[in-house]
Amino acid sequence: MSKQVTLTINGKQVIAPEGLSVADAAKMAGIDIPVFCHHPKLEPVGMCRMCLVEIGRPVRDRATGQFVMENGQPKVQFMPKLETACTNKVEDGMVVLTESARATDGQRGTVEFLLTSHPLDCPVCDKGGECPLQNLTMAHGPGKSRFNYDEKQHLAKMVPLGELIYLDRERCIQCARCIRFQDEVAGEAVLGFDERGRHTQIISVSEPGFDSVFSGNTTDICPVGALTTVDFRFGARPWELKAESSICTQCPVGCNTTLNTRREAKADGEVVVKRVMPRQNEEVNEIWLCDKGRFAYHYTEGKERLTRPMVRKEEKLVRASWDNAIKAAAEKLTANKKDFVALASGRLSTEDLFNLKSLADTVGGEAILYSDMGGGELTQVVGVGAGTNLGKMGKGDAILVVASDLYEEAPIWWLRIKQAADRGAALIVANPRQTKLDRFAKYKIHYAYGDEIKTIHDFQKKSRIADEFAKAKNAVIFYGSEGLGVNGTSALASACADLLKETGHIGGANNGLIGVWQRANDQGAFEVGFRPVADLEKALKGKAVYIVGADPAGDDPNYARALKSAKFVAVQDIRETATTEIADVVFPAQAFTERDGTFVSGERRVQRFYAAVPPKGDSKPDYAITCMLAKQMGVILQGTSAAVVFEILAHSVEAFNELTHETLAQVREQWPIVGRSDLYYGGATYENTRGMGVQLVPLAQAGGSVKIQKVRKEAALRPKEKELLAVPSNKLYDRGVTVQTAEFLDGRIGGLYVSLNPATAKKFGVEAGQVVKISFDGAGGEAVVKIDETIATGVALIPRGMGIAIHEPAIAKLGGKVKS
Amino acid sequence: MGVFDPIIELSRGLGETLRSFLTEKTVTYQYPEEKRPVRPRFRGRHVLKRYDNGLEKCIGCSLCAAACPADAIFVEASENTNEKRFSPGERYASTYEINMLRCIYCGFCEDACPTEAIVLGDNYELSFTSREQAIYGKDMLLEPVASESMLTPRKVDAGVFTRSVPEMKDSTD
Ligand code: SF4
Ligand code: SF4
Ligand code: SF4
Ligand code: SF4
Ligand code: FES
Repeated sequence: MSKQVTLTINGKQVIAPEGLSVADAAKMAGIDIPVFCHHPKLEPVGMCRMCLVEIGRPVRDRATGQFVMENGQPKVQFMPKLETACTNKVEDGMVVLTESARATDGQRGTVEFLLTSHPLDCPVCDKGGECPLQNLTMAHGPGKSRFNYDEKQHLAKMVPLGELIYLDRERCIQCARCIRFQDEVAGEAVLGFDERGRHTQIISVSEPGFDSVFSGNTTDICPVGALTTVDFRFGARPWELKAESSICTQCPVGCNTTLNTRREAKADGEVVVKRVMPRQNEEVNEIWLCDKGRFAYHYTEGKERLTRPMVRKEEKLVRASWDNAIKAAAEKLTANKKDFVALASGRLSTEDLFNLKSLADTVGGEAILYSDMGGGELTQVVGVGAGTNLGKMGKGDAILVVASDLYEEAPIWWLRIKQAADRGAALIVANPRQTKLDRFAKYKIHYAYGDEIKTIHDFQKKSRIADEFAKAKNAVIFYGSEGLGVNGTSALASACADLLKETGHIGGANNGLIGVWQRANDQGAFEVGFRPVADLEKALKGKAVYIVGADPAGDDPNYARALKSAKFVAVQDIRETATTEIADVVFPAQAFTERDGTFVSGERRVQRFYAAVPPKGDSKPDYAITCMLAKQMGVILQGTSAAVVFEILAHSVEAFNELTHETLAQVREQWPIVGRSDLYYGGATYENTRGMGVQLVPLAQAGGSVKIQKVRKEAALRPKEKELLAVPSNKLYDRGVTVQTAEFLDGRIGGLYVSLNPATAKKFGVEAGQVVKISFDGAGGEAVVKIDETIATGVALIPRGMGIAIHEPAIAKLGGKVKS
Repeated sequence: MGVFDPIIELSRGLGETLRSFLTEKTVTYQYPEEKRPVRPRFRGRHVLKRYDNGLEKCIGCSLCAAACPADAIFVEASENTNEKRFSPGERYASTYEINMLRCIYCGFCEDACPTEAIVLGDNYELSFTSREQAIYGKDMLLEPVASESMLTPRKVDAGVFTRSVPEMKDSTD
């Protein structure tokens, strides 16, 4: 623990760790010093002068270094002028006055200056109501201004900084919080100041504008309404919104969110989600969110939402009652018990998956996880230990990222790993191509596609990297599915687990294996017993399939064909998809915004989400639908509430031992303080009042014996002269069910492309921007060629979820025939 | 008391009646044919005002709704464009509703409005036959315009109506 110093603030004795600023020390002691530019997550700059206070320091004897005493007290000498509390560090014996006449006069003057050119358009400003400038003006400002209104600056009001963020130049108070967030926290210096003096303005220096997936966070910490989001523009006044806690469903990080809702005339009087805000959880997302999590929630709305059960009658899907639909499905599924397959994705809550798995088990069917990535059974054994917090990793620790482009797959992990690297953790990035994380890596390994396992095995040989990893105090491995399918990732997971075991990095906090899953609750699916299969097409053919929360037909024409030849297909989802179109029975499910449940993050943290808006139409929660169907099939499950299902789950799945919905809802005190009354300090992030989640204890930590099965490595594919190696990669904004519907994201989603090395493109005689046909294993499609020097020659990189179905590496041909 | 006292009292009273009938002005109004003008500060049914050029004064800020003690107002805002401009500045009220059954005619909304858009008018003759009818929308509340060309939304030149709240002329006002 760092040294503590004792100082006096407003006559109150305060003990604070050395190195802390006076502003932070005061806040910790419950004393508010007004700040604009200072933010507890950013380095102080002292730009706004709002935090002016009187600071006195004890006089020391030059010869002895001792305090000079006066009447038995150390003699304190005040500086002749006010000082900024944010840039001054606490010192022993310091005396701070924040509310003295001089200090308040200084603060009042600063507000008066800040307002000389402020447009005062609070009535139309999206920040109005949760605006630090408003609040601090009311608390510390003068009632009147002595400045001339004619001299107000009139600047541009609606400047798009990118597709997602608007800048209002008049409102900016030049605190540089946004710039500093991008520089220091996100590591993407895409904003800057232009001009000087009273003409100073924020500009975006990137092309395209504000090119960062963390841009939304700047709107939370901007102390005025200068930065606002396109999504929430004029959406509602902040005080009109209701708030409910939730979890982001877009990736395995499991960021804590708050859903702000309001009844809306534009939505025909329905209660809708107006915006997604970060909710503080210093162990998961701190106070941040990525733009996908913040903006891609619109998939739960729209007319494509399923609201009534449907049954196929004479080739057409027609509306049916719940009773009839359940009966129709149960009859067919019972008749084909032998061939029962439950196919579900990590979009579902743990409760839903548990009920499904129980049903599949009882009728003797199979439960398949809809994913291209395996290895979850290993994260259950050697996953990161309970107590893991990436925010605590730093000097002496090592983080290895392999086969994953975290910036695209799990942005907040990317951000926190970058931060850990800044604190001195040895970051090793092993990828087949350059990624954005490379910049912060101590060691970069660029292997050829197919050499993933070998790369990990090389850690067992002597090398500087291997040595540093082995000797690290704590070590975590993130493994992903770049260029790999189910078999490849399973083999990679096993190699990584082996390495962690060999080097003794299992069974403790901040030690272990993390899967960079393709969906939010894939880890939860593994926990309850779901497993992906390498050949899903085969697994579906001729079966009686119950598909929940997945769109295989939309993702892959081969799957669609397999489903068409299936004996029976029941589909349960929230939206109309290509899969519901070929279903025999369709069940409408509730979206995560309409019900409660739990997700298990990649770090195996079980977290609760709550119902924020009323359900659409006749839809029901997935676990309840499964329960109804099971009942009709003669299987008794629980389905009255998520809490009850969770209770049964916690009794039957070892790792969830003793957990209940109540324990998941517990919160701890967190620093920095954020929340409604502390807006000015930590930003608009919501305080966590409804649960920080509980991390599951991996077997290695629980004291179980750790045996890691060797997974046979498949022979690497070797393309011939006229062929290419097609490999999948993961993209943040894809055309998947959960993203597509946010129109303003269209630009970021982009079109379908295939990336080639310039040399490869030359060899095949294609150019950037040209549309080519690419085919492999009877699949494929047309895509625009993108030239990318960081990709190896002979490789065609195809993003998942953009239109061409690619699950694992394959030998491909350019211009081959495409089955449709 | 004499026997004639009641008669004297009665005729005195009748005499007074006769006097006022002959000399005083009538104060009775023949409502509804005849209406009594309201006092200057009377608070009746609301009107949403327009500027002289016809643009709506309301900018959809919801401050009236926030101030309303009866929770009678619902406002929803949208964005102006120069092709379809409702009000000056960036924002206008795409939905503006007052529930006249809830309203207590306190005038707080009028006080809260930064553009003097919502004003309690003279009309006290409200009637409806259902609860739904008691909810007055923009169609009922907006002031009528003198000519068709002043109707909103309308197309305007870019860069003219850039301010939501009119510039303060006198800071002591
Ligand atoms: S845009 Fe906001 S955060 Fe950025 S400098 Fe201006 S006031 Fe500060
Ligand atoms: S990092 Fe992942 S969990 Fe967090 S907000 Fe982004 S998509 Fe959601
Ligand atoms: S007059 Fe009073 S009660 Fe009526 S709408 Fe206005 S603020 Fe509400
Ligand atoms: S009437 Fe006035 S206070 Fe109400 S929304 Fe319109 S501008 Fe705002
Ligand atoms: S100068 Fe201290 S908060 Fe801005």
